[in-house]
Amino acid sequence: MERIPVLRMGSLLLITIQVDMHDKLAMQLQDDVTQRISEWGSTGVLIDISSLEIVDSFIGRMLANIAAMSRVLGAETVVVGMQPAVAITLVELGMSLPGVRTALSVEAGMELLYGAGAGFRTGNEDEPTQG
Amino acid sequence: MSQPRVETLPLKTSNDVVYARQKVRQWATELRFGLVDMTKLVTAASELGRNALDHGKGGEMRIEQVGNGPRVGLKLTFEDQGPGIADIEMALKDGYTTGSGMGFGLGGSKRLVNEFAIESAPGKGTRITVVRWK
Repeated sequence: MERIPVLRMGSLLLITIQVDMHDKLAMQLQDDVTQRISEWGSTGVLIDISSLEIVDSFIGRMLANIAAMSRVLGAETVVVGMQPAVAITLVELGMSLPGVRTALSVEAGMELLYGAGAGFRTGNEDEPTQG
Repeated sequence: MSQPRVETLPLKTSNDVVYARQKVRQWATELRFGLVDMTKLVTAASELGRNALDHGKGGEMRIEQVGNGPRVGLKLTFEDQGPGIADIEMALKDGYTTGSGMGFGLGGSKRLVNEFAIESAPGKGTRITVVRWK
């Protein structure tokens, strides 16, 4: 059966989406990611979408769902590599992927996940500075 | 003349939607659409194709090349025989959904194209026509 591979890299899961997504594939991926997180105790999920030529609301919803499910299981998700034309289209469509962290490259995404360590920042809050 | 002027594709399954948007990309590539224009049109096709599938119980999409003087564009027509849309204005609002989606389908697609028209009535199905100029 067609399936998107979920790779393990230390405490992270690495997923590269290279095929045109359809329903079954999306459902399977959600199942696989949640299964792997609970099996391997992964703390981060990196999803590379640099090969995706479009992200419509269906794929956007899938990414948001994976991020939400992973968070509930204790893992943070970063979506990396979105093409500029896809970003323009997605925002115009009305989806800015709320709740999904993004980074430009795989490296930047990993830095975000590793750098986060135990205390993962959730959003755009300012760190209180100790004086 | 290898390219037919009109092509009609079924929208009966999720895979059909994927195939239909690949066809739109192919046509847009042949017409040398810019990357952003093409991405917007293909994304709109995906949204509207899925709309016909999820809310219209399937239907079909027609692709045709349209010309208006020096302007060239692609026109996509989505037709389904589903329950139709009672309140079109409401259906175009962001966040409005009757299904499991996020409700960006119709209103969002409208923003991705240059021309957008809906014909629909309860029980009569829905026809959505969009044009994106190159």
